[in-house]
Amino acid sequence: MLAENKIEKIEQHLNLLKDKPGALLPLMHAIQDDLGYIPEESYGPISKALRLSVAEVHGFVTFYHHFRTKPAGKHILQICRAESCQSMGSENIESYCKEKLGIDYHETTKDQSITLEPVYCLGNCACSPAVMIDDEVVGRVDKEKIDELIEEAKK
Amino acid sequence: MTSYKIYIPRDSSALSLGAEKVLKTIESEALKRGIKLEIIRNGSRGLFWLETMVEVETPKGRVAYGPVNPADVSSLFDKEFFLGKKHPLSLGITEEIQWLKNQERLTYARVGITDPVSLEDYESHDGFKGLRKALDLKSQAIVDEVTESGLRGRGGAAFPTGIKWQTVLNAPSDKKYIVCNADEGDSGTFSDRMIMENDPFVLIEGMIIAGLAVGADQGYIYLRSEYPHAQAILNEAIEIAENNGFLGKNILGSQFTFNLEVTRAAGAYICGEETSLLESLEGKRGLVRYKPPLPAIEGLYGKPTVVNNVISLATIPIILDKGAKFYADFGMGRSKGTLPIQLAGNLKQTGLIEKAFGITLRELLYDFGGGSATGKNIKAVQVGGPLGAFLPEHQFDTPLDYEKFSEINAVVGHGGIVAFDDTIDMSKLARYSFEFCAIESCGKCTPCRIGSTRGMEVIDKIKDGVDQEKNVEVLRDLGETMVHGSLCAMGGMTPFPVISALNFFPKDFGLEKTET
Repeated sequence: MLAENKIEKIEQHLNLLKDKPGALLPLMHAIQDDLGYIPEESYGPISKALRLSVAEVHGFVTFYHHFRTKPAGKHILQICRAESCQSMGSENIESYCKEKLGIDYHETTKDQSITLEPVYCLGNCACSPAVMIDDEVVGRVDKEKIDELIEEAKK
Repeated sequence: MTSYKIYIPRDSSALSLGAEKVLKTIESEALKRGIKLEIIRNGSRGLFWLETMVEVETPKGRVAYGPVNPADVSSLFDKEFFLGKKHPLSLGITEEIQWLKNQERLTYARVGITDPVSLEDYESHDGFKGLRKALDLKSQAIVDEVTESGLRGRGGAAFPTGIKWQTVLNAPSDKKYIVCNADEGDSGTFSDRMIMENDPFVLIEGMIIAGLAVGADQGYIYLRSEYPHAQAILNEAIEIAENNGFLGKNILGSQFTFNLEVTRAAGAYICGEETSLLESLEGKRGLVRYKPPLPAIEGLYGKPTVVNNVISLATIPIILDKGAKFYADFGMGRSKGTLPIQLAGNLKQTGLIEKAFGITLRELLYDFGGGSATGKNIKAVQVGGPLGAFLPEHQFDTPLDYEKFSEINAVVGHGGIVAFDDTIDMSKLARYSFEFCAIESCGKCTPCRIGSTRGMEVIDKIKDGVDQEKNVEVLRDLGETMVHGSLCAMGGMTPFPVISALNFFPKDFGLEKTET
């Protein structure tokens, strides 16, 4: 069961956005920005308000890489896997992060501090390899820089 | 007390290298020394190996220092950098730096120079001149100007912008839309991001002019979710434009109304394909649509819609301001004007270069780029994002021109160039192309959805030495099927990098040679 306050918040976003054209996209962003994820329990009320089937809402959420249906850790660390970063050794950064955190992509550390995600280009290709921690891009990362970021995130 | 004008960029690549820490250190050092500074957060000039690049206004022009790290700040003050004096990090007069001097910045005229969210700065650097001219013109005259300029879609498809606009103008409808494709997902590209973060008003102006030209009153910027800084700056700029009569009702006292909003995407590469983008904007899964009908006839919510890339739209103001001929005089052949080229990956000097079409890859990689960052030989470059072909050294003399690239089965695309040194395994990159396609395919058509996964398997077999001859044939056949059988460029172009890697670097696949 979803906590009462979460249901309330979802209802608030719905009321604010349900009449907007193309409402589903900004609505899902609003819910995820607020709750950190999109609870599957929200599909029912959303589908009712927007006159969609639950399957359509589910299909929408799962189509987009950005949306998650389970809570993430306190911080999200995204590692760019795209070509430019590969040319500057991002594979080493990937394996270093996975090893250091003891998790694979789409997983969260035991202490709930960091969720690791792959990303395909951050538009920081002139400063490869690049990662993003929450909303901040970090360029020309090396192992020391990763250590710093992880240490900061675990505080 | 005299105050000194200092420029510290707020571009997200500069921030990614610590511009914010440099700012804080400069501020506290100035306070400690009792020196008064006026700090302006400008955009980046696009010389990213020199970021954080700090500039100082002097009577001789702006003087640059870089790359500045917080540890350098104290010595910069010791040498009185705020007066433009010499320091080991001195780069001289900014405009005289060769990298900048050798460019033709039209779309990027203001980038790095102005404060991105200062309307005053924008207008004093020719901003909104194009719009003011357009407001005195009939719709057809605006479209004609764009057509005559020879501008082609800078997102990658290179379709003539004027023809697209003409189609929307001719389509009778009570409602039309302008949609800006800001879902810049190609690796090696960041020119859209730089425009949005460093000169957002030029995009806004271009979209208003597009609205005027085709009779649309609503615009959307579909912005990728990986660009939170761009989103914040765009929203700030839109609000300023609204408050100053450039957006909303009766723009600049005319009868024209245009509203604009930013819609944040959700991390699907396929939504950079225009019909998938429209589906997403409508609040659906980003499944590619069948064409026809073209979006220009039946686009967003079934209405005639202009879908243009950020750079295409941001180039409109200067075309209207200086005229079609001015713009068309740059470039070569049917590739008119300039292209903001992005040098990325394994290069000493990476960044943004706006040049007329016609410059060769070699000039870009060595004269601008300074060769590889690692000091090794450049083995290959990928031009035009993850769907672009890999080019080996013997093709580096190809001039940047849509047709010349097409002749060698390559694409200019969005102008992103990623360089790889000789430690790269091209078969890994080829496999990655399929992997990326499998992750990002919308799944609507079979060649793309299934072909991408089968492609990975075939490459693995070739590399493992299993029936190599047969499997190379299968790989080529699969490529053909995807090129001809896919609905859009995602599946239709994924074979380009794969087959080029196979043709030019067979050894990396464990093959002695392969037919080309």
